Amino acid sequence: MPAVLVLVERADGAVRKPTLELLTLARRLGDPVALVLGPADDDTVATLGRYGAGTVYVVDAPELTDYLVVPHAEAVTEVARQVDPVCVLVTSGPDGKEIAARVAVALDSGIITDAVDIAPSDSGPVVTQSVFSGSWLADSTVTSGTPVVTVRPNSATPEEAPTTPTVQQADVAFSDLARTAKVTGTTAKESTGRPDLTDAAIVVAGGRGMGSPEAFGMLEQLADALGGAVAASRAATDMGWYGHEFQVGQTGKTVAPQLYLASGISGAIQHRAGMQGSKTIVAVNKDPKAPIFAIADFGVVGDLHTIVPAVIEELGKR
Amino acid sequence: MKIVVLVKYVPEPTASWRYAQDLTLDRAGVEGRLSELDEYAVEQALQLIEKGLDAEIVYLTMGPAKAVDGLRKALSMGGTSGVHVLDDALHGSDAMATSAVLAKALEHVGFDLVMTGMASTDAEMSVVPAMVAARLGVPQVTFAASIEVEGSLVKIRRDSDSGSQFVEASLPAVVSVTDQTGEARYPSFKGIMAGKKKPVETLTLADVGVEPAAVGAGAARSVTRSASERPPRAAGTVVVDEGEGAAQIVQYLAANKFV
Repeated sequence: MPAVLVLVERADGAVRKPTLELLTLARRLGDPVALVLGPADDDTVATLGRYGAGTVYVVDAPELTDYLVVPHAEAVTEVARQVDPVCVLVTSGPDGKEIAARVAVALDSGIITDAVDIAPSDSGPVVTQSVFSGSWLADSTVTSGTPVVTVRPNSATPEEAPTTPTVQQADVAFSDLARTAKVTGTTAKESTGRPDLTDAAIVVAGGRGMGSPEAFGMLEQLADALGGAVAASRAATDMGWYGHEFQVGQTGKTVAPQLYLASGISGAIQHRAGMQGSKTIVAVNKDPKAPIFAIADFGVVGDLHTIVPAVIEELGKR
Repeated sequence: MKIVVLVKYVPEPTASWRYAQDLTLDRAGVEGRLSELDEYAVEQALQLIEKGLDAEIVYLTMGPAKAVDGLRKALSMGGTSGVHVLDDALHGSDAMATSAVLAKALEHVGFDLVMTGMASTDAEMSVVPAMVAARLGVPQVTFAASIEVEGSLVKIRRDSDSGSQFVEASLPAVVSVTDQTGEARYPSFKGIMAGKKKPVETLTLADVGVEPAAVGAGAARSVTRSASERPPRAAGTVVVDEGEGAAQIVQYLAANKFV
């Protein structure tokens, strides 16, 4: 079986769920080879093995934390040259897309971003994208070089295929260019204790109709009652009611949870682009003509400021 | 100093998009505009100058004849001049070819600082700034939520889910800016009139030194094999809250095993 190179993403030292999705998708195309950037502890290697990575490459160098993007791209390129995979899979996101972009240039390869599905074929991996604000599905293939594909989180359900990986350290001779965009400082955000927005099975989102930052406190209670994450429309993040990192839509995150509960969100096309892949959509809005009702599986026309607290109370009784 | 802002003329996001026969986006049938996300780059370039940076601002676009409207929109907000890479051979170019043409055009025009939006609002790939930086061999300082230029250094803040990174690089560099940098200004009437008179240079592929065979649909490194309209989501149930709305939501969630 040919190799499929999967770039591993971690948060707080743990392998992120989208990486497990990539490993699951990779097994359709060949044998997953995982690439860890930074130190790989036993837990990381074991997790990657549990999801089918027969080989784990590790590149650990100070450049990876000291400089932006370029060292990561050079590490992926170097390992891709060693492994000669049928496909390079990276999680969609600002870092992932830029790493993929530079790998494509270095390998002179075709690149396809924001895949929602991938399948093998005689002419290489067939990559499905959700385009035109999610209203169309397009199937594409890379026709030149090693296909470089970025995949949206939640595009597959992680499935275990346990194996014991071989661990390989890889040395990368970084270029001078890799040491030009220097990270001079970082600030960390406090963890919310809620699931990651892009990974969450349930997302509770608020929009312009929320009216205040305090109303988002109420949404957090609802999210906690359901075990979900909190999101916001651009209108709400632009007002400063909730953090920009929680924005869903064209310029924010794309989510595809099992349940998307939209509160006070009208459902403009830019917002729908980020959430209409959700399996089930429930909406509360005071405007019966809000476009969100056209895509909602269940909608309630009414005042969210009375309905949401009542939902929290009802859930508390159960 | 010369700031070159890369701008893209895109189909109006609220219009109904469709594929042309060759499975490229049908741009002819849809109204176009300067990509909203590029307006943030224009705004930040103008603000750098207003804060005292001594620089001229050149807008660079690549696209069909109508793309000049995107340059004019940017010029109506401010800036010095425009450059339009216009060539029939460009139709169907992928991001790899687009970045190659833009890099060649940038070398032709000259630059100290290249500024771009965080993505186009049509293809939404977010890969061209990194590709252009790679091809030019200059630092990329991308997804800036804020930007400063101090002497020959560019400094940005890059936000992510886990926090913020502060990044700096020496010029020349490529900087992409996010929609968190601040609303773009509306052109004034005076600005619109002035924008119409500002020089726009049109360049062909030959002018920038790119072989026509290296771009366009024929050179694309990926191809769309098929596309289908997603079946619209089946219309759900919408009820008007008459005191039972919350209970109905909880019943719905329970019936679908979310609680």
